Amino acid sequence: MPTVYVNDQQIEFGVDERINCVQAAQRVDVEIPHYCWHPALSVVASCRMCLVEVGQKKPDGSVAMQPKLIPGCQTPVTDGMVIVSDSDKVKAAQQATLEYLLLNHPLDCPTCDQAGECYLQDYSYRYGRGYSRLAENKLLKPDKDYIGEQITLFTDRCIMCTRCVRFTREVSGTAELQVVGRGAREEIDIFPGQPCDNKLAGNVVDLCPVGALCSKDFLYKQRVWWLKTETSVCPNCSTGCSINVDQNDDRVYRLRPRGNPLAQGHFMCDEGRFGWKYLHSDSRLTTPEQRQGGKVVSRDWDVILPAVREALVAAGRDKKKGIAAVLSPWMTLEEAYLLASYLKSLSSNVSFALGPVRTVGEDDKYPKDVYGRPMEPVKFTIRAEKCPNCRGIEGVLRHFAGSVVPMGDVLGRAASGDFAAVYLVGGDPEGWITDAQAAALEKVDTVVVQDILPSPASARATFLLPGGSFAERDGTIVNHAGLAQEIHRAIRSPGEAKPDGRILWDLAGRRGLFNPASLRKEMGETIQGFGPLRIGKLGEYGVRLEM
Amino acid sequence: MPEFHPVLLARIDKPDSTSLAGYQADGGYAALKKALAMSADDVQKMVKDSGLRGRGGAGFSAGAKWSFLPKNHLGPIYLAVNADESEPGTFNNRILMEEDPHQLLEGIAITCHAIRSHTAYIYLRYEYGRSYRVLDAAIRECYASGILGKNILGTGFNLDVYLHRGAGAYICGEETGLIESLEGKRAWPRIKPPYPAIEGLFRRPTIVNNVETLCCVTHIIQRGVEWFKSIGVPPDPNNKRDVGSYGPKLYCISGHVNKPCCVELPLGVTARELIDTHGGGVWKGRKAKAVVPGGISMGFLSASELDTPLDFEGPGRAGCLGLGTAAVVVIDDHTSMVDVLYNCCRFMAHESCGQCTPCREGTDWSTRILDRIRHGKGRLEDIDLLLEVANSMGIIPGTTICGLADGAAWPVKNALTKFRGEFEEYIRAGRRSVKPADELMAAH
Ligand SMILES: Cc1cc2nc3c(=O)[nH]c(=O)nc-3n(C[C@H](O)[C@H](O)[C@H](O)COP(=O)(O)O)c2cc1C
Ligand code: SF4
Ligand code: SF4
Ligand code: SF4
Ligand code: FES
Repeated sequence: MPTVYVNDQQIEFGVDERINCVQAAQRVDVEIPHYCWHPALSVVASCRMCLVEVGQKKPDGSVAMQPKLIPGCQTPVTDGMVIVSDSDKVKAAQQATLEYLLLNHPLDCPTCDQAGECYLQDYSYRYGRGYSRLAENKLLKPDKDYIGEQITLFTDRCIMCTRCVRFTREVSGTAELQVVGRGAREEIDIFPGQPCDNKLAGNVVDLCPVGALCSKDFLYKQRVWWLKTETSVCPNCSTGCSINVDQNDDRVYRLRPRGNPLAQGHFMCDEGRFGWKYLHSDSRLTTPEQRQGGKVVSRDWDVILPAVREALVAAGRDKKKGIAAVLSPWMTLEEAYLLASYLKSLSSNVSFALGPVRTVGEDDKYPKDVYGRPMEPVKFTIRAEKCPNCRGIEGVLRHFAGSVVPMGDVLGRAASGDFAAVYLVGGDPEGWITDAQAAALEKVDTVVVQDILPSPASARATFLLPGGSFAERDGTIVNHAGLAQEIHRAIRSPGEAKPDGRILWDLAGRRGLFNPASLRKEMGETIQGFGPLRIGKLGEYGVRLEM
Repeated sequence: MPEFHPVLLARIDKPDSTSLAGYQADGGYAALKKALAMSADDVQKMVKDSGLRGRGGAGFSAGAKWSFLPKNHLGPIYLAVNADESEPGTFNNRILMEEDPHQLLEGIAITCHAIRSHTAYIYLRYEYGRSYRVLDAAIRECYASGILGKNILGTGFNLDVYLHRGAGAYICGEETGLIESLEGKRAWPRIKPPYPAIEGLFRRPTIVNNVETLCCVTHIIQRGVEWFKSIGVPPDPNNKRDVGSYGPKLYCISGHVNKPCCVELPLGVTARELIDTHGGGVWKGRKAKAVVPGGISMGFLSASELDTPLDFEGPGRAGCLGLGTAAVVVIDDHTSMVDVLYNCCRFMAHESCGQCTPCREGTDWSTRILDRIRHGKGRLEDIDLLLEVANSMGIIPGTTICGLADGAAWPVKNALTKFRGEFEEYIRAGRRSVKPADELMAAH
């Protein structure tokens, strides 16, 4: 195996692997500080933060070092290469670069959103000189709140790494951002009247290594050190971007993409990024309710669940009528599996349907050219299918019902009085059932609705079970390409609402606490194509199912 | 030494120096005919054997550069003619283009044949309006008489030459900045590798050569390798890396001399001879304090270094960056080096493209430190600070993408080491070049 040496540590890499010095060093946890380089963007090697010394190990063991400093980001490693990132020469270059970057910087960390997760702070602390020798006035540059609907630029914090510019040129293709001016007077800007409002625009805020580009939505809402982070998956479309959910005190403050080579790559779209506001909506369902003789009464969970169970058991005994369930593409695999297996245990006459799969337009592919046409190679797709787990729920349905039928079929049969009980699960914050459709439930004795927001169905529910949003649940969802990823509970549900997995676990009378990993094992053993779930914990990137 | 007769400038004073007829009457385009009758490889070999080194600033062997092109490439291969001439003090390309455009066009055509290119772009400094008009007319004449276009001179060789007016920045002359600018983008120099010979204009193999370099090609083909090598300075046997400085060179003399001019002389003439014999001596009967050997980015020679031969190696031996563009700027002994250095730094700060942190910030900071000194607010430690800034932006190799930062650092280094006493005295005595009245004006 080809080998490189980073500060005397040995690293092996694949024969066909093309990695640079920064990446090689990362493998042995050596940090070569860098700003302009980003794995998803072209290499410009302009910030000069990553300067290192390199040399070559000769067969006799001696090392010949090059006299010149080289940017580690621009230099691919080759067999026998020696990389030194902690020599006096390198340290002096790092100090010089950081002193330059901070020359005109306002040092307004106390009021900067990035403080606490800022590479200027971190690198200055680790590699900087501690003080500036500037005896002149700092250059002042005007802030630009017009950069985008969601983005504002604190111009004098910018270190001109051009990550943001390259993102709009190379990934979104929309090219709104550019550098204007020259030398130390240059600034990031837009063409007048053409703000950076593309559907991937929010990513430039994450890409910005400093507090120059900030999200207007998040601005001044929280100090980042108060935030607690849970890994999750964006539920807004079937791309299934891996994300981090940042919350404090049971309030979500922002979503950030979490790099995943098996899923979307490094980014996420703005629909997903800002599409979580319903989590804290005032109309969230917060109390379990039961309708009795036309009256709606609030119930405790330990009262309502036995009542639901009783009604379902009774329906299961009905000789003429069956039970139906509508499984939502917003459910996790665990929830769908719990509900389906439970109902199956009550009756041999259970019908299943897939809840509405909302689609909007066509798959939206990036980068785009100046006419808005997608270009090859596609680097990001916002999918038309606006739900997270269609493929996964289809897999569960095929296992329990043999085929996948749409909700309309079940509602049609409900209208003709086929069912003694119907169990409907919602989850789509944009709504999933119309009044006319819900009218079909008129003939059903027991209507159980489990959802997060009111709907025409909840208005007719015999039992209304308030569930959890994606940020409140643990479980597994499967994206368009069959990648199964875990979502995790980041916040508690409002009021009495409860994560759906727990509701169903208790309803099914399982013992102990809701345990997604054990359910994954169970599904992996029993459901066709779900084999990889047997490992229980799916890891950072998830596992690909054989579907 | 046999008397030297100008070759490149031989025709510039003729009344009809710019027309095709005039050029042909003096034997013009015979070299092209000769070259087209030779194989491309043979033309390349002649240029390589001649030892011709680039006249644009870096002094890199032209033949060696051409040989970096990929072999058996299916094309297109491009020639980009660097006519951006923006190094302060430099005006030789301009004279060549304004006074003898066909000499350049002939060199372009020969070079394209040698490098198997069928398309050449002349990247012309925007401010050179007259050069544009003269070259444009000359190109039209060539197309009309079968010297450019399809089937040149009946040989089956095709060549198109495009004249492109530059984007008005010094950095557009850096070869990869030039390429970016030709592609319609900001002239932000590219990282290398890949070098332009492998991946240049429109991601195709590209050779970038200076106007004067290409004019020399014409004469090498016409007069032969021996002729070219009979002019100039052979390699120093004690310096293995010296490949010699052959051929004629245009020296631009400006600054505090009686007779600013551009003269053609064998490489290796000394700064003193240029000033005294050709520049008419330092003006007002004064003495030279410092001399720029080849454009301000090469740094300064001190008065005691005026016998330095201005060949490709001489200025380096005297601590300068190199011969550069051989633009000699004379600074008399009434001038403050603080002001001179401030002016150099201000230029570089204005022209830094802004990509690389050390260049972007270093050029600007050094300018502002010097500005402070010129306002009488200097501190002795500023001298070492300036040297440290110069080191980190340009003297230590590898800290930036292109050579501008080196060129910004060298004047600082030379001025502060060769004239350190003057800076110290200026600061100690509390001198100021910017008078309060100026400050008042500036405030308005
Ligand atoms: C900042 C900068 C500016 C330059 N400007 C010019 C220029 O105006 N004209 C030029 O011929 N070369 C210029 N050069 C040198 C070119 O990069 C390149 O070396 C040259 O055009 C190659 O041609 P030659 O080999 O024929 O000299 C410049 C280099 C730098 C670093
Ligand atoms: S705004 Fe941020 S990402 Fe853009 S160039 Fe400046 S520092 Fe880099
Ligand atoms: S592309 Fe889809 S999954 Fe990714 S962030 Fe947008 S909505 Fe969410
Ligand atoms: S050295 Fe200066 S001019 Fe050259 S690319 Fe870097 S910033 Fe631009
Ligand atoms: S990270 Fe390598 S130069 Fe910027």
